[in-house]
Amino acid sequence: MEKNVTLIALFAALIAALGLIPKIDLFFGVPITAQSLGIMLCGTILGAKRGALAVLLFLLLVAIGLPLLSGGRGGLGVFAGPSVGFLIGFPVAAFVTGLITEKWRTGPVWLSAGVAAVVGGIIVLYGFGIPGMAIMLDKTLVESTALVTAFIPGDVIKAALAGMLTAALVKVRPASVLSRAEA
Amino acid sequence: MISLTSPIETRAHGWPAGLKLAALCVVTIVLFQMQSLWFHMATFATTLTFYALPGQSFLRAGLRSLKVLWPFVLLVGIYHIVTRSPIDGLVIILRMLTAVGLANLVTMTTRLSDMIAVVRWLATPLRALGLRTEYLETAIALVIRFTPVLLAKGTHLTEAWRARSARRPGWRIILPFTVLALEDADHIADALRARGGFDAMKE
Repeated sequence: MEKNVTLIALFAALIAALGLIPKIDLFFGVPITAQSLGIMLCGTILGAKRGALAVLLFLLLVAIGLPLLSGGRGGLGVFAGPSVGFLIGFPVAAFVTGLITEKWRTGPVWLSAGVAAVVGGIIVLYGFGIPGMAIMLDKTLVESTALVTAFIPGDVIKAALAGMLTAALVKVRPASVLSRAEA
Repeated sequence: MISLTSPIETRAHGWPAGLKLAALCVVTIVLFQMQSLWFHMATFATTLTFYALPGQSFLRAGLRSLKVLWPFVLLVGIYHIVTRSPIDGLVIILRMLTAVGLANLVTMTTRLSDMIAVVRWLATPLRALGLRTEYLETAIALVIRFTPVLLAKGTHLTEAWRARSARRPGWRIILPFTVLALEDADHIADALRARGGFDAMKE
């Protein structure tokens, strides 16, 4: 039990740290960071349940006022802003990513973890983020989708990285990849 | 880890955190029901007044955290100018700024310890069901303690990379970074167990 709690807490801290370290500001001053990669890794490494719990813990700390989101944002304001759908989608994305990585064991790890990250971290995540933005900005789903498509190529790269990193981790520390551990 | 609570003491710092959060929920719901431009102009002006009351540096800190919304203000503004519905656009922009502004205001005037007390209170029904919430409380403390630790380790990794390569450190440092987090998790779990683990935390 101690191990589960520390893993979940350390991965919540990892999501935060990934969002704060390599800041690459692209257009619009929106910081493109590895934060969503952290969400994907929670799923591909910790598996569905622990991964989703780590993301929920991360969001709880953001909500109570810690500046852990990329660019040092945080507090309750981010849950009232246009990106709230993405925040709500984060834990679901980690859960789905973890579930696919756990269940699909026939192929190579990089492939199943990579596909899991695409399905969870992009399709599911945007499935929450786009309606959220449509509601907050009073736009149609098509218009909101147009607003966020610019970010999808970056997320595809992150999903591929999540697959590769998970496969590399299976090689160096197989016991740590709980999504692939024998139940 | 520094919280976003404002160091400038306001009268609202003393108000009960649960009350502020409940009021914020109600006001946010109302904001999204109302369509009148006058209503949104009035609530936005009121929000700005709240920010201005504790003084200039408080106001400046508040406006700084609202500044991240400018791409959305710009996009919605252009959209509604093009579609010739500026009033609708103004309502959406003001509503967004007020909703985020008020939520930030609650964060700025509530201490982290008060927020954690609310989380603890919200978890009461879970305790009644027999779930042990000290897991959650330990986890919160661990994240607050280890985010800066991981951040420092990540910075060291980046520096180690820079010392050896002319290229920028990119995704390549994420694997060792993840391994560091996993090792820390192992060590902390051992340390917790050595001190009796969660069983020692039973009241």
